[in-house]
Amino acid sequence: MKKTYINGVGCISTQKTFDTVFLEEAVVNHDENVLAIVPPAYKEYISPAASRRMAKGVKNGIVASALAMKDANVENVDAIITGTGLGCIEDSEKFLKSILDNNEEFLTPTSFIQSTHNTVGSQIALLQQCKGYNFTYVNGAVSFESALIDAKMQIEEDEANSILVGGVDENGEYTTSLFKLNGRIKADNNAPYDVLNSTTSGAVYGEGASFFVLENERKENTYAEILDVSIINTLEENEIEAAAKSFLKSNNLEISDIDAFVLGYDGNAAFENYYKNIAENAFAKTPQLYYKHLSGEYDTASAFAFWMAAKILKTQEIPEILKVNAVEKPDYKTILLYNQLNGKNHSFTLLSK
Amino acid sequence: MKGVAITGMGIISAIGNSVEENYVSLTENKIGISRIQNIPTVHADVIKVGEIKKTNEELVAELQLSENNNFSRTAMIGTLAAKQAVENAGITSINEFRTGLISATSVGGMDMTERHYYDYFEKPELVKYITCHDGGDVAEKIAEELGLKGMVTTISTACSSAANSIMLGARLIKTGKLDRVIVGGADALAKFTINGFKTLMILSDDYNKPFDNTRKGLNLGEAAAFLVLESDEIIKKQNKKVLARVSGYGNANDAYHQTASSENGDGAYLAMKKAFEISGLKPSEIDYINVHGTATPNNDLSEGRALKRIYEDEKVPDFSSTKPFTGHTLAAAAAIEAVYSVLAIQNNVVYPNLNFEIPMEEFDLKPQTTLKNKNIEHVLSNSFGFGGNCSTLIFSKS
Repeated sequence: MKKTYINGVGCISTQKTFDTVFLEEAVVNHDENVLAIVPPAYKEYISPAASRRMAKGVKNGIVASALAMKDANVENVDAIITGTGLGCIEDSEKFLKSILDNNEEFLTPTSFIQSTHNTVGSQIALLQQCKGYNFTYVNGAVSFESALIDAKMQIEEDEANSILVGGVDENGEYTTSLFKLNGRIKADNNAPYDVLNSTTSGAVYGEGASFFVLENERKENTYAEILDVSIINTLEENEIEAAAKSFLKSNNLEISDIDAFVLGYDGNAAFENYYKNIAENAFAKTPQLYYKHLSGEYDTASAFAFWMAAKILKTQEIPEILKVNAVEKPDYKTILLYNQLNGKNHSFTLLSK
Repeated sequence: MKGVAITGMGIISAIGNSVEENYVSLTENKIGISRIQNIPTVHADVIKVGEIKKTNEELVAELQLSENNNFSRTAMIGTLAAKQAVENAGITSINEFRTGLISATSVGGMDMTERHYYDYFEKPELVKYITCHDGGDVAEKIAEELGLKGMVTTISTACSSAANSIMLGARLIKTGKLDRVIVGGADALAKFTINGFKTLMILSDDYNKPFDNTRKGLNLGEAAAFLVLESDEIIKKQNKKVLARVSGYGNANDAYHQTASSENGDGAYLAMKKAFEISGLKPSEIDYINVHGTATPNNDLSEGRALKRIYEDEKVPDFSSTKPFTGHTLAAAAAIEAVYSVLAIQNNVVYPNLNFEIPMEEFDLKPQTTLKNKNIEHVLSNSFGFGGNCSTLIFSKS
């Protein structure tokens, strides 16, 4: 069975994660409850004419995938697998509003076409003329992990040698206002917003696109090996520790083997215990990291964490801004990531150097 | 045994609320295309649709949902079909084995989003529907209703979505990652998709006529279907009846245009080619092809050319599109057509391609236009979607 390696990364996020080393310019924004991406120079990747017609998520996906492919030094891949929670939500909003505002008349198809969830994956395929396998997963917080599981299975089964896999989501103005209304996003005018020691429900929201080139061979520029990915729809608070241990055990590992534990803390006090219980007990002696104070919460925010973990394994450095506790390890060989949303859609991802 | 075992099926569509009802309609020419009733739309007098003639209230009652439920129509028809499939497979303890659910949808709970979009701020009682918009919401609800706790995910690749969920399910079992997977898809009619397809000018104002030279476009439909796939270990252990097997699958991208298929059907050709490779079957061994056959000028030309390329000098086997019965049910299409493919194998029938009159001028392909009884060992089913997403499944007699 072939192993799966991360050989290239590309990340567009609410931090400057391109043309930088590793989060040295990162800042925590305590003033806003919805964070916007730091835009790359799109014109270096997409012609201005094409760019004008493209959805934000498509553009970011194209740039992040181009960065990943350049980083991996590959010109084509065998498959493209994408995860997205809401797809190109701005175009969905636009088309729906024009239907409602104009009583189903005077509509043009552009925003309908872009609103389809698999637009990002198919636009990348179109640009690269990649006729291979092309899937898009849309299952909330496990959209990206579903893509990872699929990609890993493809490589293990020798169905593909190289795969572009990514997670992408964009903020839409009306949708974020709805998320404030239903409490998914923290209420307005409640700054300072804090992710780690929050007492309020809801999350600080964000957006981004992270893409990775996965290959079946270790190369000089390899970041990490993907040991395992698991998604579990439903777990109670008191089942997390056992689930984490059984996941590690199935990979012949114990908690003491984990050199860093990346947690999806998003500032939602109502579901914080899913992270806190396991962090303060079973993993108390493990270096713990968080990231949503930098990336914001969104369905595929865990792809940002995946990018971060890959970077740590390659550089062997953990930026201070990511640390939850003061525990350190002499070197970082194995990293475990855990994420969930509102007590559902749990994921465990295991990477090694 | 080659291929992954199918042990249960469930379906709700415009031509029936169960597997049996759907089969009767298919073999007795009872079509489900009519004027739209459940959605108020300005296009009501122009378009024809394949609508499930049950109101949301009726669906709520049938599922015995509580008054404060927040099920979209998509989630309700999805749950109905998934429950039927699980029951049909004789599953009583859903988490007994490593069980997963792979669903498929194009627009998730858009039917609720579009209904309440501007009212959310005024009516607090509607706020519960905001989360329905999420593409994963349907799978989430089905999992909850089934009590399924393990792997749950959703695929959205437009009109090929459910083919891909069946494909993923088969791969998860083949690789031993799961023992049992419930696979399929659901899509309810929505103003959003009606108007989307309308602006693309691919909706017919008449009954759709796949592979006919005068075809004008598609009729949209709504449906949900799920199938239960199980490992051979479970089959052996529980001495289970196998309905048919998923013996081949292939996915490829046309990489030609966001919403149009290439003239030569590259993606479709590659998807079929891969499916034959996986199954180890030769094209000549296929007894019936359930074509995608949406009846848009573009799809049928592209698919027909791809079929001609696959079959080269050989005769293309009996083929038909069942969309004149059901309409094009988007992300659910491949799931309902998977059920129809299994029924074709079980009953040794080829369904008629209704409304066909004049062969297309581009090639000499003529679909089967009447119900035909013959031995069916292998059925090939095509599904293609926006974004160039092309998928092929092959089902075989167990």
